[in-house]
Amino acid sequence: MSPELQMYLAQGIHGLAYGMLLFLVASGLTLIFGMMGILNIAHASFFMLSAYLCVTVLNATGSYWLSLFLAPLGVALLGVLVERFMLRRAQASGLGHIAELLLTLGIALVMAEAIKLTWGTEGLQVMAPRSLAGLVNIGGLEYPIYRLFIIGLSLVVLAVLSLVLYRTRLGTIVRAAVSDPDMVSVLGVNTRRVFMLVFGLGTWMAGVAGVAAAPILTVFPGLADQMGMDAFVVVVVGGFGSLFGALVAALFLGELNAYGIQFIPKLSPVLMFAFMALVLAFKPTGLFGDRE
Amino acid sequence: MFFRASNLNTYYGLIHALQNISLNVERGEIVSLLGRNGMGKSTTLKSIMGLAPPQSGVIEFQGQSIFQAPCHKVARAGVGLVPQERRIFPHLTVEENLLMGVKAGCAPPKDLEPWSLKRVYKHFNSLERRSRNKGFQLSGGEQQMLAMGRALMGNPLLLLVDEPSEGLAPLLVREVRDVLLQVNQAGVSILLVEHNLKVAMSLAHRCYLLGKGFVAFEGSMAQLQARPDIMAKYLEVS
Ligand SMILES: Nc1ncnc2c1ncn2[C@@H]1O[C@H](COP(=O)(O)OP(=O)(O)OP(=O)(O)O)[C@@H](O)[C@H]1O
Ligand SMILES: [Mg+2]
Repeated sequence: MSPELQMYLAQGIHGLAYGMLLFLVASGLTLIFGMMGILNIAHASFFMLSAYLCVTVLNATGSYWLSLFLAPLGVALLGVLVERFMLRRAQASGLGHIAELLLTLGIALVMAEAIKLTWGTEGLQVMAPRSLAGLVNIGGLEYPIYRLFIIGLSLVVLAVLSLVLYRTRLGTIVRAAVSDPDMVSVLGVNTRRVFMLVFGLGTWMAGVAGVAAAPILTVFPGLADQMGMDAFVVVVVGGFGSLFGALVAALFLGELNAYGIQFIPKLSPVLMFAFMALVLAFKPTGLFGDRE
Repeated sequence: MFFRASNLNTYYGLIHALQNISLNVERGEIVSLLGRNGMGKSTTLKSIMGLAPPQSGVIEFQGQSIFQAPCHKVARAGVGLVPQERRIFPHLTVEENLLMGVKAGCAPPKDLEPWSLKRVYKHFNSLERRSRNKGFQLSGGEQQMLAMGRALMGNPLLLLVDEPSEGLAPLLVREVRDVLLQVNQAGVSILLVEHNLKVAMSLAHRCYLLGKGFVAFEGSMAQLQARPDIMAKYLEVS
């Protein structure tokens, strides 16, 4: 392979890895939006919290694998509690979606402050586990194994998610509720309990992404803003409530980001938004959505 | 009393959509709910179901209060709804839509033959051919059949049906009518909102006629027909 081709390939895999991470975060966001009609502003905060929990578990035990298991679980537990004891009350308040929006904004702010108080404001580094630390030779290109691991891990999560969604009754209920939760309850399903599970599942996936991303990003208090923006763009471009749309948009934006940094570094931060505006101009519901 | 609603008051924000509405349904009856556009027919069904919870009133089903009960509890008590907009799940297949109607962990009523996919397909032939199609691929008529089949899969004792013949071709209107009759003869009570007076006349035993949020007339279908003045005032006569 020529060095030029190697560079293209490297950027391509980079984009794929980031795209899959984006999907892990955005899929929870889009599911929660579809079912509950709320844009969970705190969603990326769960991603960030998981990255910090990963640091702590790593420092305490030295085991990356243990932190990959524990941090997302802890974050999901917090997600379930937030849904059960806070969101549910906000929804019952009768103030409409504005109450939920403000609540999730508040949670995001509180989590950011709590993280600064606990872990400080400085960037923390996480080392990839030794077994995944090396490089692998892909047709002459020396590529970090860890990024390939991110892609593989995300694919596993994607497969589990698809199995649950398309092969179980709970999955059918979730897919139905994403488009019409009230009708689902008319059929005798306690949708509140389903919301809680989906909230847990969504925050768990964000948590997995947080641990997976920690070794390739700096763990710092602005992590949530950065990821939150990108995940939001993915959900809008893919179409609110559409998982398939989120997957396509995440992969596309991952690549756009990777090649954008390579070729037009000055413009790359706005590329995503430009693309979002372009999609919305032609299809206000997003690529695969049916809601504005 | 099998089903009784009395003095229901339901608001949409400041709009007082139902004003002291009272109605009841006996076991085995088909009762129709008539009235012009925007009088509150759908709202009445939604209030019973818990989709538009009334602020005050009494709703009893088989001697049990379901007033302000959450939707899924009303459903699990044995009430089914076929909404005016049909509300098929667009990205689920026809079969998945039907299976969504199954109330898991809810035993079917003892004196009714339980519904199954097979039984639904027997009544709605067109659905079986379409079982693997997605909801959004169905025609209006097929969506109506699916909405009815889905509600029946939950083995309701009381079925609330909102404008089932709306927008359907005459042949399909007859099919819908026939199915409702068969369902009723199998022991399901029906509260039917219907614009098509002919359909309502041929199915219902009794009727309630709504004015703007209130019951303007109640009686048998024959009693209604004997009152052209009331029909002229509260129905659009076609
Ligand atoms: N979600 C809502 N928000 C605000 N007002 C509503 C809502 N739904 C219905 N209304 C109002 O409540 C009144 C009753 O509406 P409803 O849908 O019950 O009428 P309807 O008798 O079913 O009419 P139609 O024959 O057109 O279906 C109408 O004035 C309507 O505009
Ligand atoms: Mg109506």
